[in-house]
Amino acid sequence: MGRFEGRRVLITGGARGQGRNHAVRFAREGADVAVLDIASTRIETVPYDIATPDDLEETVGLIEAEGRRGLAVQADVRSATETERAVARVIERFETIDVLVVNAGICTFGPIESMDESLWQTMLDVNLTGAFNSVRPVVPGMLENGYGRVIATSSMAGRAGWENIGHYAASKWGLIGMVKSLALEVANRGVTANIVCPSSVNTPMMHNEASYRLFRPDLEDPTMEDALPAFQSVNVLPVPYAETDDISDSVLFLASDEAKFITGATLSPSTGVNARNV
Amino acid sequence: MGKFEQKVALITGAGRGQGRSHAVEFAKEGASLVLCDLDGDLASPPYGMSRWSDLEETVALVEAAGGRAISAVADVRDTAALADLVDEGIDRFGQIDIAVANAGIAGISTVAEMSDRAWEEMIGVNLTGVFKTLRAVSPHMVERGYGRIVATASVVARQGSPNIAHYVAAKWGVVGLVKSLALEVADSGVTVNAVCPTSVDTPMIQNEAFHDLFLPGQDEYTLADVERAYTELNPIPIPWVQPEDISDAVLFLASDEARFITGEALPVALGWNARTAA
Repeated sequence: MGRFEGRRVLITGGARGQGRNHAVRFAREGADVAVLDIASTRIETVPYDIATPDDLEETVGLIEAEGRRGLAVQADVRSATETERAVARVIERFETIDVLVVNAGICTFGPIESMDESLWQTMLDVNLTGAFNSVRPVVPGMLENGYGRVIATSSMAGRAGWENIGHYAASKWGLIGMVKSLALEVANRGVTANIVCPSSVNTPMMHNEASYRLFRPDLEDPTMEDALPAFQSVNVLPVPYAETDDISDSVLFLASDEAKFITGATLSPSTGVNARNV
Repeated sequence: MGKFEQKVALITGAGRGQGRSHAVEFAKEGASLVLCDLDGDLASPPYGMSRWSDLEETVALVEAAGGRAISAVADVRDTAALADLVDEGIDRFGQIDIAVANAGIAGISTVAEMSDRAWEEMIGVNLTGVFKTLRAVSPHMVERGYGRIVATASVVARQGSPNIAHYVAAKWGVVGLVKSLALEVADSGVTVNAVCPTSVDTPMIQNEAFHDLFLPGQDEYTLADVERAYTELNPIPIPWVQPEDISDAVLFLASDEARFITGEALPVALGWNARTAA
């Protein structure tokens, strides 16, 4: 008997990476899972390939392989209208949404002093406004049910400053502020809202040339092997990154009954980076 | 199959309240327990401390849950008593895998009116006692390359609170201690975390002095008045959580699901923490 038997879950950015893994783990514990992803267009400014429609379909296949219902919805979270429409499709199919995992996010790189406006704006649009756009159409149904679990993915860069990702850090600090405020607004109506703050995670966001360059600015063409020690040097536990399962462990804990009295909290499966901040 | 089969957990302040709950919950998951508490009152807390009979009752509950336990009277300010307890635990069960530094007291006074004794007893038990507990277990854990340490801080370890400045100072100190030890032992397979509860339904808050503090100037009041006053602190509108709710978080932090979480202070605080930075 899984912890989420009969629950309906929506995960944004669910086509691959952390979102896909959360989807599979929720399904394994008994939930039906809808995955929302942009899955088609390139996002300007993003230096790595984004998820494809095939990735999204593959995630649905993985959910169904766990014996649960899976549903793919395509939407760009930057668009409130598209996101609302996608949420409506999920509710039409699943009747309700018990758990929302706000996971969609991008990472781009550049110092503030020379940051192009589009690099800044796209970051805020996806990681912060996209989270708002995802939460707003889902929460009213949760309040009506008197039950809901919202878990948003922030970052260790949401608890500290970080060179060359000031826009990412701003979006992730903002996300924490939004979710803590949401937690207060809905606390008396059965809905909790929490945040996970990972450090590096073994996903496509981590494994790309731009990310390797961020960590090894001294090399012209850094490889993964070059980047691994640098990844690890940021962490406190002696590992280069957490696996997606580690983040899922925290997300599922926050969605479970064991965390029913935890809200407005940040939980950091960050290999100890948080020992250096609040 | 429990989550903590073959594991040994040491818990301070196990005579009653949260410590007793942690002991029983670990026992249900297969762990063996090494337990201590006081047997007699301290000078400054406005309520009675645990007695030997309380600790005996905890041991009986652990055994009823299918676990094994040894217990001893130990004041966490007493370095030698803690060393003896650790030695006895290792002697009896072979190792100590988990330590929960839970022993703590509460008291009431403004800073202006606080006696040296009240300050020193508070810092002695709630901060130095945690230090001594962590110091007593960590070398053994580092040597074995495995350990899970959880200390009990408080939601007021992330903010100020009038009339309990000594308690607040001690609990902020616990968070600082936990984060620092987390950094020191990160390479050795040992994680160190804190839980930050809101009010918990235990003798620490269910006493006349604390009820009076929450209902100042009222000579007569009912339990319902007390519940209302405590509820005002918490965005999730209930007066307090149960010890088992804190155990859920402690067991999560001690589990494999939290293997990459260290230096964290996890609030189980009915959303009170949504108003703080951490």
